[in-house]
Amino acid sequence: MALRLELRPEASRAMLFVAPMLAIALTVATGGLLFAALGFSPLPALKVFFLSPLGDLYGISEWLLKATPLAIIAVALALGFRGNVWNIGAEGQLIMGAVASGGVALALYDVSGAWVLPTVLLAGIAGGALYAGIPAFLRIRFHANEILTSLMLNYVATLFLAWLVHGPWRSPEGYNFPESRMFTDSALMPILLEGTRLHVGALLAPLVALVAWVILSRSFLGFQIKVIGMTPAAGSYAGFGPKRVIAFTLMFGGGMAGLAGAMEVCGPIGQLVPTVSPGYGYTAIIAAFLGRLHPFGILLASLLLALTYIGGDAAQITLGVPLAVTQVFQGMILFFLLACDVLIRYRVRFAARPSLGGAA
Amino acid sequence: MTAPLAAPLPVPRLALKGITKRYPGCLANDGVDLAVMPGECHALLGENGAGKSTLVKIVYGVLQADVGEILWEGEPVRIDSPAAARKLGIGMVFQHFSLFESMTVTENVALGTGDPSPLPELGARIAEVSQRYGLALDPDRRISDLSVGERQRVEIVRCLLQDPKLLIMDEPTSVLTPQEAESLFETLRRLVAEGRSILYISHKLAEIRVLCEAATVLRGGRLAGRCDPREETAASLARLMIGADFAPPVREAQEIDRSGAARLAVERLSLAPLVPFATPLSDISFSVRAGEIFGIAGVAGNGQAELLGTLSGETLVAVPDAVKIDGEAVGHMGPRRRRERGMGFVPEERLGRGAVPDMSLADNALLSAHRTPGMLKRGLIRFSRTRAFAEKVISTFHVATSGPQAAARSLSGGNLQKFIVGREILQNPRLLIVAQPTWGVDAGAAASIHRDLITLAEGGAAVLVVSQDLDELFAICDRIAVMCHGRLSEAQAVRATDVEQIGMLMGGVFHLNEGEG
Repeated sequence: MALRLELRPEASRAMLFVAPMLAIALTVATGGLLFAALGFSPLPALKVFFLSPLGDLYGISEWLLKATPLAIIAVALALGFRGNVWNIGAEGQLIMGAVASGGVALALYDVSGAWVLPTVLLAGIAGGALYAGIPAFLRIRFHANEILTSLMLNYVATLFLAWLVHGPWRSPEGYNFPESRMFTDSALMPILLEGTRLHVGALLAPLVALVAWVILSRSFLGFQIKVIGMTPAAGSYAGFGPKRVIAFTLMFGGGMAGLAGAMEVCGPIGQLVPTVSPGYGYTAIIAAFLGRLHPFGILLASLLLALTYIGGDAAQITLGVPLAVTQVFQGMILFFLLACDVLIRYRVRFAARPSLGGAA
Repeated sequence: MTAPLAAPLPVPRLALKGITKRYPGCLANDGVDLAVMPGECHALLGENGAGKSTLVKIVYGVLQADVGEILWEGEPVRIDSPAAARKLGIGMVFQHFSLFESMTVTENVALGTGDPSPLPELGARIAEVSQRYGLALDPDRRISDLSVGERQRVEIVRCLLQDPKLLIMDEPTSVLTPQEAESLFETLRRLVAEGRSILYISHKLAEIRVLCEAATVLRGGRLAGRCDPREETAASLARLMIGADFAPPVREAQEIDRSGAARLAVERLSLAPLVPFATPLSDISFSVRAGEIFGIAGVAGNGQAELLGTLSGETLVAVPDAVKIDGEAVGHMGPRRRRERGMGFVPEERLGRGAVPDMSLADNALLSAHRTPGMLKRGLIRFSRTRAFAEKVISTFHVATSGPQAAARSLSGGNLQKFIVGREILQNPRLLIVAQPTWGVDAGAAASIHRDLITLAEGGAAVLVVSQDLDELFAICDRIAVMCHGRLSEAQAVRATDVEQIGMLMGGVFHLNEGEG
């Protein structure tokens, strides 16, 4: 018996949907094996990871709280991925969004008014978008690969934020801890559910997905993105400027990452600290692909990946395993997804020997 | 099969019996028989899509037949790889060469044949073989410095070094000037005289009639007939190949108004290579008037692709004045701005440039026709309009497809070309530039595309056709110029020139003064 991959005459549409399901199933199964290897009985351990965190309203609110930045970033990144623009720098753009919004929030420390929060959030969008403008400029002007430049800028952003909170923006009342002052109420996101940390930003995620869907499926800009992504030569034949698409998708991705960053520091965190994100900018890349680069698919994928964050917390507390279990699960999802995607173009055949021809 | 049994017939070198090959959704070969005798030059004739390529790929071991038998000198054989085919004594020269540009002739031959002998020794053998068969070739030259005809000689010599008994040639003259083709025929005749067999694939009837003594004709994957081409006329061969009588459109002699600004004027256009091994353009000048069909002939790779890029606007030129539309300098404008000035463009690559393979025809209509009023509204696409436009193209130009939602890749080459040409024509261009309008397109579709171009010119548009097919250019053009090594010859009125003269120009003999539009 030999396994053989055979090219499908046509890419399978069904597999487009089945592959992520299969990847999730394989991730859960392998996760069970992993727990077993660590000496836990697999089923209860998986229950701790995937189900128990959602057992009460607070758990659900935390789940949605973590899914929000993932979805907002992933939806925007997917626009770029559709157009062959590979922004791997959402994490850095998120941080710069947090820095810009935090800076404005600190500057308006003594000011109150309904306009403060929108201003702070807009500053976050601008910060992320401008930061993503750097790889966009380098790609357009010098043909520098945006994967490398945007990725490397993540570390610059991390260190920049660290310098700010250790130095100039350190709180005067903070006992020398590396953190800024707490933002005042007018710069904080209104809470959606009393007694939880879930804020109105959660409502923005479906809205961003809707906007992205309109751009991608209904607008001429989205058409240009898709043409350039699928067939660059056809784009240049039609005169669609790749520069515009590169600039737009990178800066839209950066802007949304910046918004997510702003909502983190104006939401659950409430101040600038050295670490404002548990890797949302990276995990969003997984969410984008798991959601098939489709805005609504990404909403669902973000919910699943958010679960790995709170599941990781729960597993750490209940089972005493390291928090890295979150990354392990995220890594497995991406790994299995990429493997399962082979089935979109190929099908598996069992054959006694390499076949001699048309035998089915 | 029905041969008389009395005299012992010579055993065919290669015999195919009932070869059938099925691809998803299409039967490429359906019970095809073929016999090639020793010392015979055998033509395999058929239109594009008739199944010629599939059949020879089966013979050369690139593909395996689903059903059928291959006999080699009377013995049944299995040919499951090109290596196995070469071992039997089958050599093949493909239409598209596989040579390393940056290596010498000898190095390429060594790589292609896996010959372990030292390079100088191999070089000597290459020189010897090329001498013997009249294939002038310097073993130490780099491929990048060779013309297309010389590259083909490298491929042929590479085959001959293995002393093949059967040589398969796939459309060899499509990249040659008429004079180069004549010298290739000389070589092939020598090979045949030595007792080698040649399987010669072509759709050019004239050359088959002078070269081959037997022909097998395929049509729609099936055997359409066998004949001796020397005893047939071009018309009778065409009937066998196409299956119907067939009258190509004719372009009447035209009076062209030469006053005022030309629709398209190219003046002293030069362009340095943008990528390694691209052909530089030097000092190209010509003009196309309203109502005129202007042809640019030439062997592929002589700068046509680079010239087309500067005309479509995909490549911008340093001097805007070098390209003018209606007297306005457009050399610095991209494709969209040139389209706004009435230009339409049909690129050589249909799938992958002229159309996005995975998008529907409706979306592909939008690709170039997005300026058409009503297609866009505040940046949003009006899908009913794009669909209607695609439907109009499909019905006006008789595109065989399931409808505007069909993906571009699902169309045959000819139908996709009709769609793209139709999409450009329905935008009422004042200037239409078409590259290789009927390359790889079946005769029926080719005739209909030619008719559409003629009608467009009669309506007052200027039409520029860039093609390798001299027959096509002579059929539809008013004037022809020739590209060679990035230069363009002076234009010749079709009625005042002939294939011979254009062929000389294709070979680079520009005896006339240059630089005039």
